[in-house]
Amino acid sequence: MPAELETVERVRRIDVDQYRYGFETIIESDKAPKGLSEDIVRFISAKKDEPEWMLEWRLEAYRRWLTMQEPTWARVDYPKIDYQDLYYYSAPKQKKALASLDEVDPEILKTYEKLGIPLREQEILAGVVRPEGEADGEAPRRVAVDAVFDSVSVATTFQAELKKAGVIFMPISHALREHPDLVKKYLGTVVPTTDNFFATLNSAVFSDGSFVYVPPGVRCPMELSTYFRINERNTGQFERTLIIADKGSYVSYLEGCTAPQRDENQLHAAVVELIALDDAEIKYSTVQNWYPGNSEGKGGVYNFVTKRGDCRGKNSKISWTQVETGSAITWKYPSCILRGDNSRGEFYSIAISNGYQQVDSGTKMIHLGKNTTSRIISKGIAAGKSQNTYRGLVSAHRKATGSRNFTACDSLLIGDKCGAHTVPYVEAKNSSALFEHEATTSKISEDVLFYCVQRGLSQEEAVGLVVNGFVRDVLQQLPMEFAVEAQKLISISLEGSVG
Amino acid sequence: MSALLEVRNLQVRVEEREILHGLSLTVNKGEVHAIMGPNGSGKSTLSHVVAGKPGYEVTGGEILFKGEDLLKMDPDERAAKGVFLAFQYPVEIPGVATMTFLRTALNAQRKARGESEYSTPDFLKKVREVAASLNIPQEMLRRGVNVGFSGGEKKRNEVLQMALFEPSLCILDEMDSGLDIDALRIAADGVNALRSSERAMVVITHYQRLLNYIVPDFVHVMSKGRVVKSGGKELALELEESGYAQFEDQAA
Repeated sequence: MPAELETVERVRRIDVDQYRYGFETIIESDKAPKGLSEDIVRFISAKKDEPEWMLEWRLEAYRRWLTMQEPTWARVDYPKIDYQDLYYYSAPKQKKALASLDEVDPEILKTYEKLGIPLREQEILAGVVRPEGEADGEAPRRVAVDAVFDSVSVATTFQAELKKAGVIFMPISHALREHPDLVKKYLGTVVPTTDNFFATLNSAVFSDGSFVYVPPGVRCPMELSTYFRINERNTGQFERTLIIADKGSYVSYLEGCTAPQRDENQLHAAVVELIALDDAEIKYSTVQNWYPGNSEGKGGVYNFVTKRGDCRGKNSKISWTQVETGSAITWKYPSCILRGDNSRGEFYSIAISNGYQQVDSGTKMIHLGKNTTSRIISKGIAAGKSQNTYRGLVSAHRKATGSRNFTACDSLLIGDKCGAHTVPYVEAKNSSALFEHEATTSKISEDVLFYCVQRGLSQEEAVGLVVNGFVRDVLQQLPMEFAVEAQKLISISLEGSVG
Repeated sequence: MSALLEVRNLQVRVEEREILHGLSLTVNKGEVHAIMGPNGSGKSTLSHVVAGKPGYEVTGGEILFKGEDLLKMDPDERAAKGVFLAFQYPVEIPGVATMTFLRTALNAQRKARGESEYSTPDFLKKVREVAASLNIPQEMLRRGVNVGFSGGEKKRNEVLQMALFEPSLCILDEMDSGLDIDALRIAADGVNALRSSERAMVVITHYQRLLNYIVPDFVHVMSKGRVVKSGGKELALELEESGYAQFEDQAA
């Protein structure tokens, strides 16, 4: 047997087992009834086989949530959500199995094609399940197995390498069983269960998410990106991510996918907590491209996310980079608490809204330690009939002497039916803090577009080029292989934005 | 053989006001035509309509380019067919490196024509050659398109693109505006180097000065939306002496 084929065979064999016991969580198909109650919270916790303290933690969050009000301060408008009309457990499995790509919305397929996603991966993203007996007559979930086949060969190599370095990277539900002390020590210490309406809801009902621990002095040997992209498909609507970089360690983590995800869950409320101890650095990148709703503004995902990083140790650094192109509503403020002296927080953001999308996003940089620094670069692009708001807070505590911030918020309008808004809050409680804020709003001019098309670019290529120029500073912050995809994604998101 | 560009009885409106009232112009391969005339005579309108800028309504007449109906084509199609407009005021595109812009545009045109895209080494070689001949430093190509360029640099960048895209029709809209003598000479030398028997140029200008550097074969005088007089290069000198006033009445 040729060596290549042999390897393929071997990986295939390893695969099936790895799939069962590996990164994927096997979720039973039984589901909890609609609605939210203490019983549902108990049900979820039991399903996950969680320790008693975790159940208590969830219940406490649930009781707290009952007393809270949904926030209304964001510049977003959506019909009232009936929280008793949602499934809280079966949600991650609600993707309907499709028999072939023919059943998928052709618009989505076109996008896959433009992004250059291989056919197989397209099927997985779109949720296609091949019927039994097709091809080599394998198990009903042949495509899924194939997907794991494609990815686990990579994934197993990754796992071995990570293990060698001592990095723990697993679903949080597994971590709760295998590393309960670590989880207990850090969970909810950055975003407490009482934090806000959506974070509290997440604390009560989160289904799964990722857990990363990088031991002292370890530089994580790879971007935790390719790996995650492959494993993303079954994440549910209430994700919980916890990343701890111990003293002197470094990790770069990437969540999301440039390909649009077919998703029946309308409400997403994730929580991400990052903790950087002394001299540690965490780089967290997101590409979000959930369903934004149809051309009339119907449907689409509501994305209410709480992301926060705690620069707990001295000289620590946390950097957020986000490319937000999807969702009907985005409510998201990845923030940094700069607790350790000399710690540094960064926020680089590209938020694109088209059609009827509404984005209210920004960051908070809370300077608590001495000589802490932060940098905010936000690029908002509004097209169609969308509304795009940057909302940010920069604050310096009384003791945060010598703290510095630089903020630049640029907005670009395409067309005349969209809106861009900037809402910066700045609070300096000591006289040595130095905060700078710059903001611009501009419009893509007809003259610029005409110049480009006169040189042979199509109208859409021209818009893509101009916008990519506008967001260049931020794109440069993304991991290399992702920056290219993100660039294409930006052009695609703006298609049809110019008449 | 048909003309390269044939404008017949062109009537154009902008916001309900007629700017061109039946303009005709024939340009053959290898010819250089100068179009002169006072402000508001419709010179720039003509260049914009040929290139396909939105905002103009053609109410009558036709434009044929290589025998095809140009008015039916989108502006990018026209570019790929070989229509190039050197802008009076080239725009700035921040964050888009000039080199990236050049390559994206050139490859878009080649693709539209069904030709293969340039490989990176071939492209770089070509750009470097052309840039050197126009006295354009490499550093300028790394900057954003026209961002922070002087007036002269912007115009040289236009000529660079003209040389790179190898269009069959070049329309130069007031290339001399905002240029000092030295900058004008460099840009004009670049344009002259591109004169060929396969290419035609339409040079739009107020002043005879530019025509000392780019010597036309034909000169047309426009007034109030019409060509009121055509002649050889000596017509430009005549205008320099007597001004445009003599034509104002003719046009009315």
